[in-house]
Amino acid sequence: MNILYFLVGSSVLMALIFLGAFFWAYKTGQNDDVHTPGIRILFDDEPQNEKSEEDHFYN
Amino acid sequence: MEDQNNIATKALCYHCGEDLPKLSYSIDDKNFCCAGCRGVYKILSENNLCNYYLYNNNPGRQLKEESHLEYLDEPNIIAQLLDYRHESSSIITFYIPAIHCSSCIWLLEHLYKINPAIFSSRIDFLKKQVTISFNHEEISLRELVETLNKIGYEPLISLQDVVKEHSSSVDKALVLKIAVAGFLMGNVMLFSFPEYFGLSGLEKQFQYLFGWLNLAFSIPATFYCGRDYFVSAITSLRHKHINLDTPLALIIAVLFFRTAFEVIFNTGPGFADTLTGLVFLLLMGKWLKQRTYHHISFDRDYRSYFPIAVTTIQDGKEKPVSINEVKIGDRLWIRNGELVPADAILMKGDAWMDMSFVTGESEPVHKVLGEIIYAGGRQTTEAIELEVIKPVSQSYLTGLWNNEHYKNSIQKETFNDSIAKYFSLGVFIIAFSATAYWLFQQDSHKAWSAFTAVIIVACPCVLALSTPFTLSAILSVFDKKGFYVKNTDAVEELAKCDAIVFDKTGTLTSTENAQITFSGSLDDGEKILIASLLRNSSHPLSRHILKILNVDEFCSLEDYREVLGKGLTAKVGHHTIYAGHLSMLPITVENISKSGVHIVIDRVYKGYFDIEQKWRPGLTHLMSKLSKYKMQVLSGDTDRDLWMLKTIFPKSTRIKFGQSPHEKLNTILELQQGGSKIMMLGDGLNDAGALKQSNFGIALTDNINNFTPGCDAILKGSSLNDLPGFIQLSKDGLKIIKTSFAIATAYNCIGVYYAVQGTLYPLVAAVLMPISTVTIICFTTFATRIFARKNKLI
Repeated sequence: MNILYFLVGSSVLMALIFLGAFFWAYKTGQNDDVHTPGIRILFDDEPQNEKSEEDHFYN
Repeated sequence: MEDQNNIATKALCYHCGEDLPKLSYSIDDKNFCCAGCRGVYKILSENNLCNYYLYNNNPGRQLKEESHLEYLDEPNIIAQLLDYRHESSSIITFYIPAIHCSSCIWLLEHLYKINPAIFSSRIDFLKKQVTISFNHEEISLRELVETLNKIGYEPLISLQDVVKEHSSSVDKALVLKIAVAGFLMGNVMLFSFPEYFGLSGLEKQFQYLFGWLNLAFSIPATFYCGRDYFVSAITSLRHKHINLDTPLALIIAVLFFRTAFEVIFNTGPGFADTLTGLVFLLLMGKWLKQRTYHHISFDRDYRSYFPIAVTTIQDGKEKPVSINEVKIGDRLWIRNGELVPADAILMKGDAWMDMSFVTGESEPVHKVLGEIIYAGGRQTTEAIELEVIKPVSQSYLTGLWNNEHYKNSIQKETFNDSIAKYFSLGVFIIAFSATAYWLFQQDSHKAWSAFTAVIIVACPCVLALSTPFTLSAILSVFDKKGFYVKNTDAVEELAKCDAIVFDKTGTLTSTENAQITFSGSLDDGEKILIASLLRNSSHPLSRHILKILNVDEFCSLEDYREVLGKGLTAKVGHHTIYAGHLSMLPITVENISKSGVHIVIDRVYKGYFDIEQKWRPGLTHLMSKLSKYKMQVLSGDTDRDLWMLKTIFPKSTRIKFGQSPHEKLNTILELQQGGSKIMMLGDGLNDAGALKQSNFGIALTDNINNFTPGCDAILKGSSLNDLPGFIQLSKDGLKIIKTSFAIATAYNCIGVYYAVQGTLYPLVAAVLMPISTVTIICFTTFATRIFARKNKLI
């Protein structure tokens, strides 16, 4: 059962890593604006390539 | 105007969604209501940005009149506005009130297509802010703002931008503390589980390890997460005063020391699970209390109304100067539509001042040379020259904010703080008598464990949680109904109010639905003549009247002339038409009221368009519901509406007219000295002092994005009729808090029964605390919903 010592240690370490990740994310401002990115992702890509595709078909 | 076509379709402007006038502007088969909207479309289509119109229908806003931006060329003003500047790149954040939909986000984040010197732009939608980074060698700040203005997104640059406040850092630290507390609680719970289920022989060997790990986790919970409670407790004790944080700090300390003691001497498992759980829940309650609205600002003062710069005349030349640098004796040059920032004497020009900011009276006032013009007046006609007699910070209007006797000096005592005293006293009495009893029985071990257990189990954490949970549930009910309250403490203030003071203009009347009536008579031919004249003007009144005239034919004009703020004149064929203010007319007319848009055709007076403010609907019903409160009306206006007010309000209501902002403030002070708790409803800057002084100030507005003076709550004009429900719900909220306190006390009594016997097992404490917390949270949430339904707010 001594393996439990190792498992307890690694579980605490894992949790610490996640906590650290949250600290990093929060301090770099990733939670400052949680509304706009949700809208931003719905924008389509620019349809600017239409013409070049047409050229491609006709050439 | 080469492509103006006469299109008789009932349609909306492709850009802004306004009704199209009979004769619309069109380009690319799209119709626009005005040249401004068409101009924006043109810019966007030239830059291949027409996707703007795909995400939403008619996403644009009508362009406002041109503003002067010369001050943005001044290096010291630029330096105040920029967030960051390095070599060739700069970063700036603007507040843009026009941001309202996804199209706005799309367009403003593609600014680089309009001008490649803009590197990137990013929007924070809720705060209506855009952060732009640009190359300041290729595009100046002024050109950047002009670009934004051209596409209809005028940034609002006010004095308050310069004095940026950083209040969010406190909030950030709290969130990090909650994260740590959550982490600690989760791990401690995990290590305490074997203890809960009873240890088998196999697990016994881990008991020692888990105990030490729990102790290790308790250290940051106490000294990092719980630090604020100790600081607050010590400061309040120093002031010989007990607040709710005092018993909380004591409990955290007792929990920690008992845990440390039991682990180090290996006498038991300790209370690490209770400790970390308590700290986590307390911090959650604190966070709920601090949560506030990002998009609404409650602490505005005169600085957000004032521009950051004003044009001065130095050696015969115009020079923009930052407002803070304006000195006594400076010559100011105030153009049409600009605000006078400091008390000054009129030196040159014809001044028609709109003093509605200061007095609430909407009619422009004529000032003659040598007269004093107070700060806050807005010039409505030609440019004038003024000499400053008082610096900005000491002018008549700003003095309203610098009055020292505001309510902040009065110590506001919440229900929690008042009960914390008795609570702490009760707990101490029980704890000490239990200790004394066991010491008397010669059992010092039991005495120590009874003392600590009583303090642990009698935790007022429910008290610390029920208030924020109830009040924030109430806030979210209010929020959905268009009533935005500053914070949870303000809800308690609302419940205590027993007198209501109303402002008239803009509060009881609505600024949005002005009713336009014509006194006189016009035949169809004359209507066409007037419409032809008015459609050339971008003044809001011209547009309103044009819509009412509803004409679909226009004549061509000659000699068109617009005198800013006064009126229009032109020749149509052999007719000469005038429309505007009395002083504009070519003939003197007698026996008519001053206000309104007067019409003269060929030197014959035809009548005038009167603009009347409409009373908000349902006022009589509202006042009869509120009749149990003392009511008073303070109006900055003349007494022309006295009879109307008398029919709306109950007989006992006092009505005062012609009130200056200082008189309004003094009336509130007098009422407060008489022992009343005042709720004040107002809208303009002229109510600002009274709103701030009242116990609960509500700013009424038809559009929550408009500027409102500093206040405790912002109420949408359309929700005014729900006011009695709002007040009642806040009162019910206090009842809920008191009931939940009773429930918590019942739980505590069970705990104390075991605690005084010195037989409280950590498991009982660990189970009792979450159960009572969950009960309280469920109770407050459901009770709030039930009361909200009863008050017809859901």
